[in-house]
Amino acid sequence: MKRVAAACLAFLLIAARDEAPVLVPDVSQREVAIHYSFTGAELLLFGAILYPGGRVPDGRTDVAVVLKGPPQSILVREKQKLGGVIWANAGSAQFRSAPAFYAIAASRPLVDLIDERTAAIYELGLGSIHLSPAGGADPATAYRFETGFVDLRSRGGLFVTQPGSIEITRGVLYRARLSIPPRVPDGRYTAETFLIRDGKVIAAATRVISVRKQGFERVVAGYAQNRPIAYGLFAVVLSVGFGWAAGALFRRF
Amino acid sequence: MDMYLPVANLSVNALVIVLLGGGVGLLSGMFGVGGGFLTTPLLIFYGIPPTVAAASATTQVTGASVSGAIAHYRRGGVDIPMGGVLVAGGVLGAVAGSAIFRLLQNLGQIDTVINILYVALLLGVGIPMAREAVASVAATIQGTPIAPKKRRHHPAVAALPFRWRFYASGLYISPLAPLILGFVTGIMTVLLGVGGGFIMVPAMLYILGMATRVVVGTSLFQILFVTAATTMVHAVTTKAVDIVLAFFLLLGSVVGAQVGTRIAARFKPDYLRLVLAALVLAVAFRLAIGLTWQPDEIYTVQLI
Repeated sequence: MKRVAAACLAFLLIAARDEAPVLVPDVSQREVAIHYSFTGAELLLFGAILYPGGRVPDGRTDVAVVLKGPPQSILVREKQKLGGVIWANAGSAQFRSAPAFYAIAASRPLVDLIDERTAAIYELGLGSIHLSPAGGADPATAYRFETGFVDLRSRGGLFVTQPGSIEITRGVLYRARLSIPPRVPDGRYTAETFLIRDGKVIAAATRVISVRKQGFERVVAGYAQNRPIAYGLFAVVLSVGFGWAAGALFRRF
Repeated sequence: MDMYLPVANLSVNALVIVLLGGGVGLLSGMFGVGGGFLTTPLLIFYGIPPTVAAASATTQVTGASVSGAIAHYRRGGVDIPMGGVLVAGGVLGAVAGSAIFRLLQNLGQIDTVINILYVALLLGVGIPMAREAVASVAATIQGTPIAPKKRRHHPAVAALPFRWRFYASGLYISPLAPLILGFVTGIMTVLLGVGGGFIMVPAMLYILGMATRVVVGTSLFQILFVTAATTMVHAVTTKAVDIVLAFFLLLGSVVGAQVGTRIAARFKPDYLRLVLAALVLAVAFRLAIGLTWQPDEIYTVQLI
């Protein structure tokens, strides 16, 4: 924490000469370890806003923080009632960069902060995530699948909006809490912080958080991926051993 | 007690998994079915991804069948040559099944096909089983035992060439018949994540005409080897076997299976068959109406 404070001070001296404000963000954890009793993690995203000359300007400045998981290539399928009897997958759409996790926190509801165009540029809000639809689907169809997908993910707790959850102290220090649910894949996560004033993003900064499996979980996942034959044999031996042991044990009673 | 599953990538309550394994193990011990036809749907219902559920359920079926197979083997209830032929067919079927699985997955119709297959198979097995069990239970109650039908294999089986003698089963039939039966159940093991006992047992009784004494044991023997082979196929191809999930499922199911065999010894086989038939029909009915109801989720996501 001391080091952060020192860095803030150093930045303050340099940034004082510039015109635009500078964001100095940080996160409570640079690394999230997934272990045997992992039930999610709560991250504190905080930082300072450095204004030129150290003067906080009049009017309101807002902060938005986006925590994003690694991008995944996905296929979304849609069920329809076929022949009036059976529900089955009928259509599909492909997206090349759907984030595995997306959470946004802001100091005010997003609609009050920015217009749609700005939201789309910076991917602010669940409706503005760039999923990169693949193939030549017409925009209306792609939009339908996109909405369905985002709705599915947000009900599953993987796409989250928390408006009004960022506190800004004296116009210079902000902090937000975002939680990572237990059902996320591991990989490289990014925490992006945006400084918003008069509907414009005036500063942005990014921090990287790595979510990794640790210890036993990491060994198991590694074996399953890299040594499938040994892993499969172990699974078979485990199941046969278990069955045999129970049989042997119960025969005594 | 929360437990993180390293391959499924999510946390589950270990106690729920143990209890689920225990309940299924109980049924497997009582009826000689692997119980996969219950484990896989229950795991999916609990929120585990379908491929991980199917791949890990097979290890549970292996574990549940070991103790049962050993118990029956001690009583002389396993026809080894017959089991060997069934296993050979089953392994071939598992390989063919994984190709079909991939094809259907690419078409996006795997879930629907699996459900329709389940309904057709369960109804086809459950209805004749229920009819016969009801008739024999009714006869026992009225005290007028129906004359035992002469055990015979299906006419189509008799038409096949190269007959072998299967002493323990009391049969002189072509090995092609059990080979084909094994092949079909092998496909189902991969496709549905089931051992296939609920098809195997009636098929042995009514199509092959095997002696009742060795039916359950031989079925368990075949399930043991074919599910072990399927676990290997899954570990190498889908990489979806979750060993932690398998561990807790096994913990419950091997104990359940032991208790189940002890319960089974106290009841008349006719009553057991009636209960199994009711269970099979209930699952079939639930799946059939599930196909026509609007699903909870219209959209599904597949990683590519």
